[in-house]
Amino acid sequence: MSSILKSSPKTPFNLRGQAWLLRSYPYLLLLPALSVIALLFGGGLVLALLQSLGLLGVGGDGHLTLAAYQQALSHPEFLRALGLSLYTAIMATGLSVMGSIGLALLLRSTGRWASLACQITLPIPHLVGVVGILLLLTPSGLVSRILYAIGWIQSDQDFPLLVNDGANLGVLLHFLWKEIPFMTLILLAVLRGIDREYETQARVLGASPWQCFWHVTLPLMKPGILSASLIVFGFIFGSFEVPFLLGSTFPRTLPVLVYRTFTNVDLTQRPTAIALGLILSLCSTFMIMVYLWLTSDSPNSPNQNTKVRRS
Amino acid sequence: MLKLQHQIGRNTLLILIIVVLFLPFLPLLIWSFAQGWYFPQLIPQNWTLSHWAKIGSAASRVGEGLLNSLAIALITTAISLLLGLPAGRALGLMKFPGKTGLKLFLLAPIIVSPLATLMGMQFILIRLGLNGTLLGVVLVHLMPTLPYMTLVLASVFANFEVGYEIQARSLGASPLQVFSQITLPLIAPGVMVGALFAFLISWNEFLLTFFIGGGKVFTLPMVLFTLLQGGNNGLVAAVAITSIIPGLAFLAVASRSLENDAALGGLGNV
Repeated sequence: MSSILKSSPKTPFNLRGQAWLLRSYPYLLLLPALSVIALLFGGGLVLALLQSLGLLGVGGDGHLTLAAYQQALSHPEFLRALGLSLYTAIMATGLSVMGSIGLALLLRSTGRWASLACQITLPIPHLVGVVGILLLLTPSGLVSRILYAIGWIQSDQDFPLLVNDGANLGVLLHFLWKEIPFMTLILLAVLRGIDREYETQARVLGASPWQCFWHVTLPLMKPGILSASLIVFGFIFGSFEVPFLLGSTFPRTLPVLVYRTFTNVDLTQRPTAIALGLILSLCSTFMIMVYLWLTSDSPNSPNQNTKVRRS
Repeated sequence: MLKLQHQIGRNTLLILIIVVLFLPFLPLLIWSFAQGWYFPQLIPQNWTLSHWAKIGSAASRVGEGLLNSLAIALITTAISLLLGLPAGRALGLMKFPGKTGLKLFLLAPIIVSPLATLMGMQFILIRLGLNGTLLGVVLVHLMPTLPYMTLVLASVFANFEVGYEIQARSLGASPLQVFSQITLPLIAPGVMVGALFAFLISWNEFLLTFFIGGGKVFTLPMVLFTLLQGGNNGLVAAVAITSIIPGLAFLAVASRSLENDAALGGLGNV
Protein backbone atom coordinates (compact mmCIF):
# COMPACT_ATOMS: atom_id res chain seq x y z
CA MET A 1 0.00 0.00 0.00
CA SER A 2 2.84 2.35 0.72
CA SER A 3 3.71 2.28 -2.96
CA ILE A 4 0.54 4.18 -3.54
CA LEU A 5 1.47 7.00 -1.24
CA LYS A 6 4.64 7.71 -3.13
CA SER A 7 2.68 8.99 -6.08
CA SER A 8 1.87 12.13 -4.14
CA PRO A 9 4.44 12.51 -1.42
CA LYS A 10 4.61 16.29 -1.39
CA THR A 11 1.15 17.24 -2.54
CA PRO A 12 -0.91 18.52 0.38
CA PHE A 13 -4.03 16.57 -0.58
CA ASN A 14 -6.85 16.68 1.84
CA LEU A 15 -7.31 13.32 3.49
CA ARG A 16 -10.53 12.54 1.74
CA GLY A 17 -9.03 13.07 -1.71
CA GLN A 18 -6.05 10.98 -0.81
CA ALA A 19 -8.20 8.10 0.39
CA TRP A 20 -10.13 8.21 -2.85
CA LEU A 21 -6.92 8.20 -4.86
CA LEU A 22 -5.64 5.30 -2.80
CA ARG A 23 -8.73 3.23 -3.46
CA SER A 24 -8.96 3.95 -7.17
CA TYR A 25 -5.21 3.65 -7.87
CA PRO A 26 -5.22 -0.07 -8.80
CA TYR A 27 -8.18 0.47 -11.11
CA LEU A 28 -6.42 3.39 -12.77
CA LEU A 29 -3.38 1.18 -13.37
CA LEU A 30 -5.57 -1.52 -14.90
CA LEU A 31 -7.62 0.89 -16.99
CA PRO A 32 -5.47 1.01 -20.17
CA ALA A 33 -5.18 -2.77 -20.50
CA LEU A 34 -8.80 -3.34 -19.53
CA SER A 35 -10.14 -0.81 -22.01
CA VAL A 36 -8.13 -2.31 -24.86
CA ILE A 37 -9.49 -5.79 -24.13
CA ALA A 38 -13.02 -4.50 -23.50
CA LEU A 39 -13.01 -2.49 -26.72
CA LEU A 40 -11.48 -5.16 -28.95
CA PHE A 41 -12.64 -8.43 -27.46
CA GLY A 42 -15.85 -7.33 -25.77
CA GLY A 43 -16.74 -4.93 -28.56
CA GLY A 44 -16.10 -7.62 -31.16
CA LEU A 45 -18.36 -10.03 -29.31
CA VAL A 46 -21.17 -7.49 -29.05
CA LEU A 47 -20.89 -6.68 -32.75
CA ALA A 48 -20.92 -10.39 -33.55
CA LEU A 49 -24.03 -10.87 -31.43
CA LEU A 50 -25.81 -7.96 -33.15
CA GLN A 51 -24.95 -9.35 -36.57
CA SER A 52 -26.04 -12.86 -35.67
CA LEU A 53 -29.39 -11.48 -34.52
CA GLY A 54 -29.92 -9.67 -37.80
CA LEU A 55 -29.66 -6.23 -36.21
CA LEU A 56 -26.53 -5.19 -38.08
CA GLY A 57 -24.56 -5.90 -41.22
CA VAL A 58 -25.03 -8.13 -44.25
CA GLY A 59 -28.42 -9.77 -44.48
CA GLY A 60 -29.67 -7.89 -41.45
CA ASP A 61 -32.66 -5.66 -42.01
CA GLY A 62 -32.75 -4.30 -38.50
CA HIS A 63 -35.33 -6.77 -37.23
CA LEU A 64 -34.51 -9.15 -34.44
CA THR A 65 -34.43 -12.70 -35.70
CA LEU A 66 -33.12 -16.01 -34.44
CA ALA A 67 -32.96 -17.50 -37.93
CA ALA A 68 -29.14 -17.61 -37.90
CA TYR A 69 -29.14 -19.69 -34.72
CA GLN A 70 -31.80 -21.97 -36.12
CA GLN A 71 -29.67 -22.51 -39.19
CA ALA A 72 -26.49 -22.96 -37.17
CA LEU A 73 -27.98 -25.56 -34.87
CA SER A 74 -29.64 -27.46 -37.70
CA HIS A 75 -26.48 -27.37 -39.82
CA PRO A 76 -25.94 -31.00 -40.92
CA GLU A 77 -22.32 -30.94 -39.76
CA PHE A 78 -22.76 -28.97 -36.54
CA LEU A 79 -23.01 -31.78 -34.00
CA ARG A 80 -20.27 -33.88 -35.56
CA ALA A 81 -18.01 -30.83 -35.81
CA LEU A 82 -18.61 -30.00 -32.15
CA GLY A 83 -17.93 -33.61 -31.21
CA LEU A 84 -14.68 -33.69 -33.18
CA SER A 85 -13.53 -30.38 -31.65
CA LEU A 86 -14.27 -31.56 -28.12
CA TYR A 87 -12.61 -34.92 -28.70
CA THR A 88 -9.48 -33.32 -30.20
CA ALA A 89 -9.13 -30.66 -27.51
CA ILE A 90 -9.77 -33.04 -24.59
CA MET A 91 -7.46 -35.76 -25.90
CA ALA A 92 -4.66 -33.36 -26.78
CA THR A 93 -4.90 -31.50 -23.46
CA GLY A 94 -5.16 -34.69 -21.39
CA LEU A 95 -2.20 -36.35 -23.06
CA SER A 96 -0.18 -33.12 -22.89
CA VAL A 97 -0.86 -32.87 -19.14
CA MET A 98 0.37 -36.42 -18.54
CA GLY A 99 3.36 -36.02 -20.83
CA SER A 100 4.40 -32.71 -19.34
CA ILE A 101 4.11 -33.90 -15.73
CA GLY A 102 6.40 -36.79 -16.61
CA LEU A 103 8.84 -34.65 -18.53
CA ALA A 104 8.94 -31.95 -15.85
CA LEU A 105 9.74 -34.54 -13.17
CA LEU A 106 12.39 -36.03 -15.45
CA LEU A 107 13.98 -32.64 -16.12
CA ARG A 108 13.80 -31.58 -12.50
CA SER A 109 17.12 -33.18 -11.65
CA THR A 110 18.94 -32.79 -14.95
CA GLY A 111 21.08 -29.96 -16.17
CA ARG A 112 20.21 -26.76 -17.95
CA TRP A 113 20.96 -28.04 -21.44
CA ALA A 114 18.42 -30.85 -21.28
CA SER A 115 15.70 -28.38 -20.28
CA LEU A 116 16.75 -26.02 -23.04
CA ALA A 117 16.67 -28.82 -25.64
CA CYS A 118 13.16 -29.73 -24.54
CA GLN A 119 12.03 -26.14 -25.12
CA ILE A 120 12.94 -26.33 -28.79
CA THR A 121 9.34 -26.34 -30.05
CA LEU A 122 8.38 -23.31 -27.96
CA PRO A 123 9.39 -20.60 -30.48
CA ILE A 124 8.35 -22.62 -33.55
CA PRO A 125 5.26 -21.22 -35.33
CA HIS A 126 2.37 -23.68 -35.58
CA LEU A 127 2.45 -23.52 -39.36
CA VAL A 128 6.09 -24.61 -39.39
CA GLY A 129 5.22 -27.56 -37.16
CA VAL A 130 2.39 -28.44 -39.54
CA VAL A 131 4.78 -28.41 -42.51
CA GLY A 132 7.30 -30.56 -40.63
CA ILE A 133 4.66 -33.10 -39.65
CA LEU A 134 3.25 -33.20 -43.18
CA LEU A 135 6.68 -33.87 -44.69
CA LEU A 136 7.33 -36.46 -41.99
CA LEU A 137 4.05 -38.40 -41.82
CA THR A 138 2.23 -38.29 -45.16
CA PRO A 139 2.28 -41.59 -47.10
CA SER A 140 5.21 -40.25 -49.13
CA GLY A 141 6.86 -38.64 -46.10
CA LEU A 142 10.19 -39.38 -44.51
CA VAL A 143 8.92 -42.01 -42.02
CA SER A 144 7.19 -43.89 -44.82
CA ARG A 145 10.43 -43.84 -46.86
CA ILE A 146 12.41 -45.18 -43.93
CA LEU A 147 9.90 -48.04 -43.42
CA TYR A 148 10.12 -48.81 -47.14
CA ALA A 149 13.91 -48.82 -47.03
CA ILE A 150 13.99 -51.35 -44.21
CA GLY A 151 11.34 -53.42 -45.93
CA TRP A 152 8.40 -52.99 -43.53
CA ILE A 153 6.10 -51.68 -46.23
CA GLN A 154 6.02 -52.53 -49.93
CA SER A 155 4.58 -49.27 -51.25
CA ASP A 156 3.37 -45.90 -49.96
CA GLN A 157 -0.15 -47.37 -50.03
CA ASP A 158 0.76 -49.59 -47.06
CA PHE A 159 1.60 -46.63 -44.85
CA PRO A 160 -1.19 -45.86 -42.34
CA LEU A 161 -3.05 -42.60 -42.81
CA LEU A 162 -1.72 -40.27 -40.11
CA VAL A 163 -2.63 -36.85 -41.51
CA ASN A 164 -6.06 -35.64 -42.66
CA ASP A 165 -7.42 -38.81 -41.05
CA GLY A 166 -10.81 -39.24 -39.42
CA ALA A 167 -9.36 -39.58 -35.91
CA ASN A 168 -7.40 -36.32 -36.24
CA LEU A 169 -4.18 -38.19 -35.32
CA GLY A 170 -2.00 -35.70 -37.16
CA VAL A 171 -3.60 -32.82 -35.26
CA LEU A 172 -3.13 -34.61 -31.93
CA LEU A 173 0.53 -35.37 -32.70
CA HIS A 174 1.16 -31.76 -33.67
CA PHE A 175 -0.37 -30.39 -30.50
CA LEU A 176 1.48 -32.89 -28.30
CA TRP A 177 4.72 -31.91 -30.00
CA LYS A 178 4.01 -28.22 -29.43
CA GLU A 179 2.18 -28.13 -26.09
CA ILE A 180 4.09 -30.68 -23.99
CA PRO A 181 7.23 -28.49 -24.00
CA PHE A 182 5.10 -25.39 -23.25
CA MET A 183 3.38 -27.03 -20.28
CA THR A 184 6.66 -28.54 -19.09
CA LEU A 185 8.22 -25.10 -18.96
CA ILE A 186 5.41 -23.86 -16.72
CA LEU A 187 5.42 -26.98 -14.53
CA LEU A 188 9.21 -26.81 -14.10
CA ALA A 189 8.84 -23.31 -12.71
CA VAL A 190 6.09 -24.57 -10.40
CA LEU A 191 8.21 -27.54 -9.30
CA ARG A 192 11.18 -25.32 -8.49
CA GLY A 193 8.92 -23.31 -6.22
CA ILE A 194 7.90 -26.39 -4.22
CA ASP A 195 9.80 -27.02 -1.05
CA ARG A 196 11.49 -30.41 -1.47
CA GLU A 197 11.30 -30.85 2.31
CA TYR A 198 7.70 -32.15 1.98
CA GLU A 199 8.80 -34.95 -0.33
CA THR A 200 11.82 -35.83 1.77
CA GLN A 201 9.62 -36.01 4.85
CA ALA A 202 7.13 -38.30 3.11
CA ARG A 203 9.92 -40.63 2.01
CA VAL A 204 11.50 -40.63 5.48
CA LEU A 205 8.12 -41.57 6.92
CA GLY A 206 8.02 -44.61 4.65
CA ALA A 207 6.09 -43.54 1.56
CA SER A 208 6.98 -45.35 -1.66
CA PRO A 209 8.14 -43.16 -4.58
CA TRP A 210 4.70 -43.56 -6.13
CA GLN A 211 2.88 -42.65 -2.90
CA CYS A 212 5.14 -39.66 -2.50
CA PHE A 213 4.33 -38.52 -6.05
CA TRP A 214 0.58 -39.13 -5.75
CA HIS A 215 0.00 -37.74 -2.27
CA VAL A 216 2.64 -35.01 -2.02
CA THR A 217 4.15 -33.81 -5.30
CA LEU A 218 1.04 -33.96 -7.50
CA PRO A 219 -1.26 -32.06 -5.09
CA LEU A 220 1.41 -29.37 -4.77
CA MET A 221 1.61 -29.10 -8.58
CA LYS A 222 -2.17 -29.02 -8.97
CA PRO A 223 -2.71 -25.24 -9.32
CA GLY A 224 0.01 -25.05 -11.98
CA ILE A 225 -1.40 -28.04 -13.86
CA LEU A 226 -4.89 -26.53 -13.79
CA SER A 227 -3.81 -23.16 -15.15
CA ALA A 228 -1.60 -24.62 -17.85
CA SER A 229 -4.26 -27.05 -19.05
CA LEU A 230 -6.84 -24.26 -19.09
CA ILE A 231 -4.71 -22.17 -21.43
CA VAL A 232 -3.88 -25.17 -23.64
CA PHE A 233 -7.48 -26.45 -23.84
CA GLY A 234 -8.84 -23.03 -24.77
CA PHE A 235 -6.20 -22.63 -27.43
CA ILE A 236 -6.65 -26.05 -29.05
CA PHE A 237 -10.45 -25.90 -28.96
CA GLY A 238 -10.41 -22.64 -30.90
CA SER A 239 -7.44 -23.28 -33.17
CA PHE A 240 -8.00 -23.08 -36.88
CA GLU A 241 -4.94 -23.56 -39.06
CA VAL A 242 -3.74 -26.85 -37.56
CA PRO A 243 -7.01 -28.83 -38.04
CA PHE A 244 -7.55 -27.00 -41.35
CA LEU A 245 -4.25 -28.32 -42.74
CA LEU A 246 -3.62 -31.53 -40.78
CA GLY A 247 -7.08 -32.56 -39.69
CA SER A 248 -9.91 -34.72 -40.88
CA THR A 249 -11.68 -33.48 -44.00
CA PHE A 250 -15.07 -34.74 -42.85
CA PRO A 251 -16.31 -33.95 -40.31
CA ARG A 252 -14.32 -30.76 -39.78
CA THR A 253 -13.65 -29.14 -36.43
CA LEU A 254 -15.98 -26.34 -35.36
CA PRO A 255 -13.53 -23.48 -36.09
CA VAL A 256 -12.92 -24.87 -39.59
CA LEU A 257 -16.66 -25.15 -40.14
CA VAL A 258 -17.12 -21.55 -38.97
CA TYR A 259 -14.42 -20.36 -41.35
CA ARG A 260 -15.89 -22.30 -44.28
CA THR A 261 -19.33 -20.91 -43.63
CA PHE A 262 -18.04 -17.34 -43.22
CA THR A 263 -16.04 -17.42 -46.47
CA ASN A 264 -18.90 -19.01 -48.41
CA VAL A 265 -19.65 -17.17 -51.65
CA ASP A 266 -23.24 -16.97 -50.45
CA LEU A 267 -23.12 -13.86 -48.27
CA THR A 268 -26.41 -14.69 -46.58
CA GLN A 269 -24.49 -17.47 -44.79
CA ARG A 270 -22.54 -14.89 -42.77
CA PRO A 271 -25.01 -14.52 -39.90
CA THR A 272 -25.04 -18.32 -39.61
CA ALA A 273 -21.24 -18.37 -39.49
CA ILE A 274 -21.22 -15.72 -36.79
CA ALA A 275 -23.88 -17.62 -34.83
CA LEU A 276 -21.72 -20.75 -35.09
CA GLY A 277 -18.72 -18.73 -33.89
CA LEU A 278 -20.66 -17.46 -30.87
CA ILE A 279 -21.81 -20.99 -30.08
CA LEU A 280 -18.13 -22.01 -30.25
CA SER A 281 -17.21 -19.29 -27.72
CA LEU A 282 -20.11 -20.31 -25.50
CA CYS A 283 -19.04 -23.97 -25.62
CA SER A 284 -15.46 -23.18 -24.59
CA THR A 285 -16.66 -20.93 -21.77
CA PHE A 286 -19.01 -23.68 -20.61
CA MET A 287 -16.31 -26.39 -20.81
CA ILE A 288 -13.92 -24.25 -18.80
CA MET A 289 -16.53 -23.60 -16.13
CA VAL A 290 -17.29 -27.31 -15.85
CA TYR A 291 -13.58 -28.05 -15.65
CA LEU A 292 -13.01 -25.47 -12.92
CA TRP A 293 -16.01 -26.77 -11.01
CA LEU A 294 -14.90 -30.40 -11.28
CA THR A 295 -11.36 -29.63 -10.19
CA SER A 296 -12.14 -27.13 -7.47
CA ASP A 297 -10.96 -28.20 -4.03
CA SER A 298 -13.29 -30.53 -2.23
CA PRO A 299 -13.40 -29.87 1.52
CA ASN A 300 -11.27 -32.89 2.42
CA SER A 301 -8.68 -32.52 -0.30
CA PRO A 302 -5.16 -33.01 1.00
CA ASN A 303 -3.64 -29.77 -0.25
CA GLN A 304 -6.20 -27.50 1.31
CA ASN A 305 -3.84 -25.77 3.62
CA THR A 306 -0.57 -26.14 1.80
CA LYS A 307 0.49 -23.09 -0.04
CA VAL A 308 2.91 -23.35 -2.92
CA ARG A 309 5.94 -21.37 -2.02
CA ARG A 310 7.34 -19.20 -4.75
CA SER A 311 10.63 -17.66 -3.93
CA MET B 1 24.88 -50.02 -9.26
CA LEU B 2 21.10 -49.79 -9.25
CA LYS B 3 21.36 -46.05 -9.11
CA LEU B 4 23.65 -46.02 -12.15
CA GLN B 5 21.20 -48.16 -14.11
CA HIS B 6 18.44 -45.82 -13.09
CA GLN B 7 20.40 -42.85 -14.34
CA ILE B 8 21.25 -44.50 -17.66
CA GLY B 9 17.59 -45.37 -18.19
CA ARG B 10 16.55 -41.81 -17.41
CA ASN B 11 19.11 -40.29 -19.77
CA THR B 12 18.18 -42.67 -22.60
CA LEU B 13 14.54 -41.72 -22.23
CA LEU B 14 15.43 -38.05 -22.22
CA ILE B 15 17.56 -38.37 -25.36
CA LEU B 16 14.71 -40.24 -27.05
CA ILE B 17 12.27 -37.42 -26.22
CA ILE B 18 14.66 -34.79 -27.52
CA VAL B 19 15.18 -36.77 -30.76
CA VAL B 20 11.39 -36.97 -31.29
CA LEU B 21 11.04 -33.23 -30.64
CA PHE B 22 13.69 -32.50 -33.26
CA LEU B 23 12.34 -35.04 -35.78
CA PRO B 24 10.00 -32.73 -37.77
CA PHE B 25 12.95 -30.46 -38.55
CA LEU B 26 14.78 -33.22 -40.40
CA PRO B 27 12.54 -33.40 -43.52
CA LEU B 28 12.39 -29.58 -43.52
CA LEU B 29 16.17 -29.34 -43.72
CA ILE B 30 16.50 -32.02 -46.42
CA TRP B 31 13.63 -30.68 -48.54
CA SER B 32 15.01 -27.15 -48.53
CA PHE B 33 18.09 -28.39 -50.40
CA ALA B 34 16.47 -31.20 -52.40
CA GLN B 35 15.69 -31.27 -56.08
CA GLY B 36 12.88 -33.60 -57.12
CA TRP B 37 12.95 -35.85 -54.06
CA TYR B 38 10.46 -38.59 -54.92
CA PHE B 39 9.20 -41.60 -52.98
CA PRO B 40 10.84 -43.99 -52.16
CA GLN B 41 14.23 -42.19 -52.23
CA LEU B 42 15.59 -42.01 -48.72
CA ILE B 43 17.86 -39.11 -49.56
CA PRO B 44 17.59 -36.84 -52.61
CA GLN B 45 19.73 -37.72 -55.61
CA ASN B 46 20.23 -34.11 -56.58
CA TRP B 47 20.85 -31.17 -54.30
CA THR B 48 20.10 -27.57 -55.08
CA LEU B 49 20.27 -24.09 -53.62
CA SER B 50 17.46 -22.82 -55.84
CA HIS B 51 14.81 -22.82 -53.08
CA TRP B 52 16.98 -20.59 -50.94
CA ALA B 53 17.72 -18.38 -53.93
CA LYS B 54 13.98 -17.98 -54.53
CA ILE B 55 13.48 -16.71 -50.99
CA GLY B 56 15.59 -13.69 -51.84
CA SER B 57 13.54 -12.84 -54.92
CA ALA B 58 10.75 -10.29 -54.63
CA ALA B 59 8.29 -12.60 -56.41
CA SER B 60 8.22 -15.03 -53.50
CA ARG B 61 7.21 -12.15 -51.17
CA VAL B 62 9.24 -13.74 -48.36
CA GLY B 63 11.23 -10.56 -47.74
CA GLU B 64 8.02 -8.54 -47.56
CA GLY B 65 6.47 -11.08 -45.19
CA LEU B 66 9.54 -11.09 -42.97
CA LEU B 67 9.57 -7.30 -42.66
CA ASN B 68 5.81 -7.10 -42.01
CA SER B 69 5.95 -9.88 -39.41
CA LEU B 70 8.90 -8.27 -37.68
CA ALA B 71 7.30 -4.81 -37.62
CA ILE B 72 3.96 -6.14 -36.36
CA ALA B 73 5.56 -8.36 -33.70
CA LEU B 74 7.83 -5.59 -32.39
CA ILE B 75 5.11 -2.92 -32.26
CA THR B 76 2.65 -5.35 -30.66
CA THR B 77 5.24 -6.34 -28.05
CA ALA B 78 6.05 -2.72 -27.25
CA ILE B 79 2.39 -1.74 -26.80
CA SER B 80 1.69 -4.88 -24.73
CA LEU B 81 4.59 -3.98 -22.48
CA LEU B 82 3.39 -0.39 -22.09
CA LEU B 83 -0.14 -1.50 -21.15
CA GLY B 84 0.93 -4.62 -19.27
CA LEU B 85 3.34 -2.90 -16.86
CA PRO B 86 0.73 -0.89 -14.92
CA ALA B 87 -1.83 -3.71 -15.13
CA GLY B 88 0.71 -6.25 -13.90
CA ARG B 89 1.69 -3.97 -11.03
CA ALA B 90 -1.92 -3.61 -9.92
CA LEU B 91 -2.63 -7.33 -10.13
CA GLY B 92 0.64 -8.39 -8.56
CA LEU B 93 1.12 -5.86 -5.78
CA MET B 94 -2.27 -4.65 -4.70
CA LYS B 95 -5.42 -6.02 -3.14
CA PHE B 96 -8.70 -4.52 -4.23
CA PRO B 97 -12.35 -5.55 -4.63
CA GLY B 98 -13.18 -7.25 -7.91
CA LYS B 99 -9.59 -8.29 -8.57
CA THR B 100 -10.36 -11.92 -9.50
CA GLY B 101 -13.11 -10.91 -11.88
CA LEU B 102 -11.00 -8.27 -13.62
CA LYS B 103 -8.12 -10.70 -13.98
CA LEU B 104 -10.40 -13.31 -15.56
CA PHE B 105 -11.76 -10.68 -17.92
CA LEU B 106 -8.22 -9.76 -18.99
CA LEU B 107 -7.47 -13.43 -19.67
CA ALA B 108 -10.66 -14.09 -21.65
CA PRO B 109 -9.06 -13.54 -25.09
CA ILE B 110 -6.57 -16.38 -24.57
CA ILE B 111 -9.12 -18.84 -23.20
CA VAL B 112 -12.16 -18.17 -25.39
CA SER B 113 -11.88 -18.67 -29.15
CA PRO B 114 -11.36 -15.36 -30.99
CA LEU B 115 -13.34 -16.40 -34.08
CA ALA B 116 -16.67 -14.80 -33.18
CA THR B 117 -14.90 -11.62 -32.07
CA LEU B 118 -12.99 -11.45 -35.34
CA MET B 119 -16.07 -11.83 -37.47
CA GLY B 120 -17.87 -9.22 -35.41
CA MET B 121 -14.97 -6.82 -35.56
CA GLN B 122 -14.37 -7.08 -39.28
CA PHE B 123 -17.61 -5.22 -39.88
CA ILE B 124 -16.51 -2.16 -37.92
CA LEU B 125 -12.84 -2.26 -38.94
CA ILE B 126 -13.84 -2.07 -42.61
CA ARG B 127 -15.87 1.05 -41.86
CA LEU B 128 -13.00 2.56 -39.87
CA GLY B 129 -10.64 1.86 -42.76
CA LEU B 130 -8.49 -0.34 -40.52
CA ASN B 131 -9.22 -3.62 -42.23
CA GLY B 132 -6.23 -4.67 -44.30
CA THR B 133 -3.85 -2.25 -42.59
CA LEU B 134 -0.81 -2.87 -40.42
CA LEU B 135 -2.41 -0.87 -37.59
CA GLY B 136 -5.55 -3.01 -37.68
CA VAL B 137 -3.47 -6.18 -37.48
CA VAL B 138 -1.40 -4.81 -34.57
CA LEU B 139 -4.62 -3.96 -32.72
CA VAL B 140 -6.04 -7.49 -32.98
CA HIS B 141 -2.67 -9.04 -32.11
CA LEU B 142 -2.94 -7.25 -28.76
CA MET B 143 -5.82 -9.56 -27.82
CA PRO B 144 -3.64 -12.63 -27.25
CA THR B 145 -0.37 -10.85 -26.33
CA LEU B 146 -1.66 -8.50 -23.64
CA PRO B 147 -3.06 -11.27 -21.37
CA TYR B 148 0.25 -13.18 -21.45
CA MET B 149 2.26 -10.04 -20.77
CA THR B 150 0.01 -9.02 -17.86
CA LEU B 151 0.06 -12.51 -16.35
CA VAL B 152 3.85 -12.74 -16.42
CA LEU B 153 4.38 -9.21 -15.07
CA ALA B 154 1.75 -9.67 -12.34
CA SER B 155 3.64 -12.69 -11.10
CA VAL B 156 6.95 -10.83 -11.10
CA PHE B 157 5.41 -7.90 -9.23
CA ALA B 158 3.98 -10.32 -6.67
CA ASN B 159 7.57 -11.03 -5.63
CA PHE B 160 8.61 -7.40 -5.84
CA GLU B 161 9.85 -5.49 -2.81
CA VAL B 162 8.29 -2.03 -2.80
CA GLY B 163 10.69 -0.96 -0.05
CA TYR B 164 13.45 -0.32 -2.58
CA GLU B 165 11.33 2.22 -4.41
CA ILE B 166 10.35 4.03 -1.23
CA GLN B 167 13.96 4.10 -0.12
CA ALA B 168 15.06 5.62 -3.43
CA ARG B 169 12.28 8.19 -3.32
CA SER B 170 13.14 9.24 0.19
CA LEU B 171 16.75 9.67 -0.90
CA GLY B 172 15.58 12.17 -3.49
CA ALA B 173 15.23 10.18 -6.70
CA SER B 174 12.60 11.36 -9.16
CA PRO B 175 9.78 8.94 -10.12
CA LEU B 176 11.44 8.46 -13.50
CA GLN B 177 14.79 7.68 -11.87
CA VAL B 178 13.13 5.23 -9.51
CA PHE B 179 11.50 3.46 -12.42
CA SER B 180 14.59 3.26 -14.62
CA GLN B 181 17.14 2.54 -11.91
CA ILE B 182 15.21 0.53 -9.33
CA THR B 183 11.97 -0.93 -10.67
CA LEU B 184 13.05 -1.87 -14.18
CA PRO B 185 16.24 -3.72 -13.20
CA LEU B 186 14.31 -5.66 -10.55
CA ILE B 187 11.56 -6.78 -12.91
CA ALA B 188 13.86 -7.21 -15.95
CA PRO B 189 13.54 -11.02 -16.15
CA GLY B 190 9.75 -10.72 -16.19
CA VAL B 191 9.88 -8.03 -18.86
CA MET B 192 12.11 -10.32 -20.90
CA VAL B 193 9.82 -13.36 -20.57
CA GLY B 194 6.68 -11.30 -21.20
CA ALA B 195 8.24 -9.72 -24.28
CA LEU B 196 9.39 -13.14 -25.51
CA PHE B 197 5.87 -14.55 -25.26
CA ALA B 198 4.28 -11.48 -26.84
CA PHE B 199 6.77 -11.52 -29.71
CA LEU B 200 6.39 -15.26 -30.34
CA ILE B 201 2.58 -15.13 -30.24
CA SER B 202 2.41 -12.24 -32.66
CA TRP B 203 5.07 -13.80 -34.89
CA ASN B 204 3.15 -17.08 -34.87
CA GLU B 205 -0.29 -15.60 -35.43
CA PHE B 206 -2.16 -16.69 -38.52
CA LEU B 207 -5.91 -16.55 -37.96
CA LEU B 208 -6.07 -12.95 -36.69
CA THR B 209 -3.87 -11.64 -39.51
CA PHE B 210 -5.83 -13.68 -42.04
CA PHE B 211 -9.16 -12.18 -40.96
CA ILE B 212 -8.17 -8.59 -40.33
CA GLY B 213 -5.28 -8.31 -42.78
CA GLY B 214 -7.75 -9.03 -45.58
CA GLY B 215 -4.99 -10.51 -47.75
CA LYS B 216 -3.26 -7.13 -47.89
CA VAL B 217 -1.02 -7.44 -44.84
CA PHE B 218 1.29 -10.22 -45.90
CA THR B 219 3.09 -11.69 -42.90
CA LEU B 220 5.38 -14.71 -42.92
CA PRO B 221 2.66 -17.15 -41.73
CA MET B 222 0.47 -15.87 -44.57
CA VAL B 223 3.29 -16.51 -47.08
CA LEU B 224 3.74 -20.02 -45.69
CA PHE B 225 -0.01 -20.76 -45.73
CA THR B 226 -0.31 -19.62 -49.35
CA LEU B 227 2.74 -21.63 -50.42
CA LEU B 228 1.39 -24.73 -48.66
CA GLN B 229 -1.61 -24.74 -51.01
CA GLY B 230 0.82 -24.65 -53.94
CA GLY B 231 2.75 -27.83 -53.25
CA ASN B 232 6.36 -26.78 -53.90
CA ASN B 233 7.79 -28.67 -50.92
CA GLY B 234 11.32 -27.35 -51.34
CA LEU B 235 10.30 -23.70 -51.21
CA VAL B 236 7.81 -24.36 -48.38
CA ALA B 237 10.58 -25.99 -46.34
CA ALA B 238 13.00 -23.13 -46.97
CA VAL B 239 10.39 -20.52 -45.93
CA ALA B 240 9.48 -22.61 -42.86
CA ILE B 241 13.11 -22.68 -41.74
CA THR B 242 13.43 -18.93 -42.36
CA SER B 243 10.44 -18.23 -40.14
CA ILE B 244 11.99 -20.15 -37.25
CA ILE B 245 15.11 -18.02 -37.03
CA PRO B 246 13.88 -14.81 -35.31
CA GLY B 247 12.01 -16.77 -32.65
CA LEU B 248 15.02 -18.95 -31.96
CA ALA B 249 17.25 -15.89 -31.70
CA PHE B 250 14.87 -14.26 -29.22
CA LEU B 251 14.66 -17.50 -27.22
CA ALA B 252 18.45 -17.68 -27.06
CA VAL B 253 18.63 -14.11 -25.73
CA ALA B 254 15.86 -14.74 -23.20
CA SER B 255 16.83 -18.26 -22.16
CA ARG B 256 18.40 -17.06 -18.89
CA SER B 257 15.22 -15.24 -17.95
CA LEU B 258 13.16 -18.35 -18.66
CA GLU B 259 14.76 -19.85 -15.58
CA ASN B 260 13.19 -17.14 -13.50
CA ASP B 261 10.46 -19.00 -11.63
CA ALA B 262 8.45 -15.93 -10.73
CA ALA B 263 8.06 -14.87 -14.37
CA LEU B 264 6.92 -18.25 -15.66
CA GLY B 265 5.01 -19.12 -12.52
CA GLY B 266 2.48 -16.50 -13.65
CA LEU B 267 1.27 -18.85 -16.37
CA GLY B 268 0.83 -21.53 -13.73
CA ASN B 269 -1.34 -19.23 -11.69
CA VAL B 270 -4.29 -18.21 -13.81
